[in-house]
Amino acid sequence: MSITDALASFLYAVIAYNIALLYGTVGEILNEKSGSLNLGVEGIMAMGGMGGYLIGCATNSMFMGLLGAFLVGGLFGLLFSFLTVTLQANQNVIGLTITTFGIALYFFIGRGLGDKFPAFADSPSFKAAFQPVDMGFLSDIPIIGKALFSQSPLVYLAMVIAIIAGIYLKRTKSGLRTRAVGENPAAADSAGINIKAVKYVNIICGTGIMGIGGLYLGLYMGGSFEGSATWTNGMGWIAIALVIFANWKPIAAILGTFLFGLFFTLDTSKLVLVDAIPSLSFLTKIPTQLYSALPFIITAIVLIISSVSKRKNNNEPSAIGLNYFREER
Amino acid sequence: MKKKITVLLLVFVLLVASLGTLVAFTGCTDSESNFKVGAIYINSKSDTSGYTYAHHNGIVKAMEQLGLDVNRQLKIVDNVPEDYTQVSNAIDTLAGQGCNIIIGISFGYIEAMAAAAKKPEYSDIIFTHATGYMSSLDSDEYTATFNNYFGRIYQARYLSGIAAGLKASRGGKIGYVAAYGTQYAETCSGINAFTLGVQSVNPTAQVIVSELGTWGDETKERQAANELISLGCEVITQHCDSAQPQMAAEEAGKFGCGYNSDMTAAAPNAHLTAPIWNWDVYYKLAIGTAMNEPENFMTKVDNYYGGLKEGFVDISPLSKNCTEDTADKIAQVKDLIINGEWDVFTDVKLTFDAEGKVVMTDNSPILKADGTPTGEIDDAVIKGSMNYFVQGVVVNE
Repeated sequence: MSITDALASFLYAVIAYNIALLYGTVGEILNEKSGSLNLGVEGIMAMGGMGGYLIGCATNSMFMGLLGAFLVGGLFGLLFSFLTVTLQANQNVIGLTITTFGIALYFFIGRGLGDKFPAFADSPSFKAAFQPVDMGFLSDIPIIGKALFSQSPLVYLAMVIAIIAGIYLKRTKSGLRTRAVGENPAAADSAGINIKAVKYVNIICGTGIMGIGGLYLGLYMGGSFEGSATWTNGMGWIAIALVIFANWKPIAAILGTFLFGLFFTLDTSKLVLVDAIPSLSFLTKIPTQLYSALPFIITAIVLIISSVSKRKNNNEPSAIGLNYFREER
Repeated sequence: MKKKITVLLLVFVLLVASLGTLVAFTGCTDSESNFKVGAIYINSKSDTSGYTYAHHNGIVKAMEQLGLDVNRQLKIVDNVPEDYTQVSNAIDTLAGQGCNIIIGISFGYIEAMAAAAKKPEYSDIIFTHATGYMSSLDSDEYTATFNNYFGRIYQARYLSGIAAGLKASRGGKIGYVAAYGTQYAETCSGINAFTLGVQSVNPTAQVIVSELGTWGDETKERQAANELISLGCEVITQHCDSAQPQMAAEEAGKFGCGYNSDMTAAAPNAHLTAPIWNWDVYYKLAIGTAMNEPENFMTKVDNYYGGLKEGFVDISPLSKNCTEDTADKIAQVKDLIINGEWDVFTDVKLTFDAEGKVVMTDNSPILKADGTPTGEIDDAVIKGSMNYFVQGVVVNE
């Protein structure tokens, strides 16, 4: 394989294997910007993915699949909002509970009933809508063409959602309200903003977006429920770290996803790279276990760096993780 | 009023307790046979595929054939991770339930099982451990009977290598998604046997190995298969649990050999055949012996290492995707192995002549990747210490 082909295939894999991370991250940013630290990403992605996948297969429609993933994810968001916003329960505990619950439910449905649902192969148009697109000459550009212009539609949807979320938070009135609620809910309340409504809407939309990320993984894995891990397999946790790395900016999260992906994908892509570029042969000498640990090592390093950096424009919402109760003002 | 409630409660508690003893007592006297089988599983007993599923099926099938009542005589502790304390607890539970034979299916149970087999109070129990290497033959410290069992799956891999080698073009590339490479003799001997099988029909073909470093990561299995396909591999085989590599091959229009179960349903246009285990063959022998003549367990069952001959390992039925001559060639090699005329690591290579007849070639020794001959390899090495690849295996090092 030529060097250009190998690089093209590597860059393609970097995006194709890791784009679900972007869904999780953007969803979590919406949650956190409205002041809710939602640690349920892992479970919500798993369940949203499974819900969307099964609905998509049953209706054989990509649109219904997307809607299903969004709704199932949103349903978990509704549960999270009800418990933390209305009932004022501790966000960390509820988030972790939702992760545990979501993963367990995933296995309960997948292992027990998965066989009875329509197989992936039986839903051709659902499957076809996921296939990588071909954008003619753009897809043929050496090295970057395949990576940027020959991906699954869900990859582009992720970037579109990230950009829209970025504009929403930064430029719109509702975005401003969301940020106000996340920064100082008491002040926002006295300005007449309906705190509960803002929180509910952002949490539900955010978790819905996470669900679509799970759907992407499910489609990528061919809807198999055999594995000992969920489709999400730890991606939800990395998404929470990526939020901090991206400094709570959805558009920066796109680049963050690619950067994280670059390291994550080295493991499985090293054979292709070494085959084309022999000077990279040191990659195959590194034990595979180190590659498996790499995402988490990088995540830890990122968290350390971001916690010691004294950047002025730190975007972390001030009221994150704190429940707002009007009578306690 | 308070007193009344207390009295009522007391009566209730007494009633429940007496009922409980009554049930336990009748349950005990009713049974015709007190023989019980205990099993420790790494995953759930209600799995519908995978490693635990295969073992559970094997045990159930064997017990049914032996006329045992699975519901009553099989005791299971499942979802037991490879952790000394948890495995010890599981053994205590099963021993407490009166199990006569305790089966541990995962490699990491080894230390806890060995320790239990040394306890005097468990001296009447037979411990049998899959994929391990320890047994009560090792030392006098053991008070209980303790053996290990595994199979010559490499023989089945050799046969699947023939199917893959015939499907790939001359001198083509074949991808091998492996959980591990040379770290474990199990994966290493599998890769070598498969490669030798490929070479018997396609001498210049390359087998490219992608190591995952994990037994259970579906995403990585899929990704590794995709990378091998983009390297130009025409057939994808695997030593990992899920059918993801076969599904990747199917989607790319390539071919593949699965593992553990017939994966044709997951990849109808790609799958050729898969090396499979018939665990019930061993379980029938082990449970039957433990039931009828437990004192002779070690002489009759020993450390079990069954192969094609015993029907313990095999390949799944060849799919329509195989080339025409595959069935005939595999049948010839299978006969050689079953009749004991030849085996994979006896340092004799097989080839096929123009008429498709199998030929043994004594004059071309099997070489390791570094060029030194392997010589005839004995079982202990295949099972426990093989840590090199044969020529033709590419790992890009």
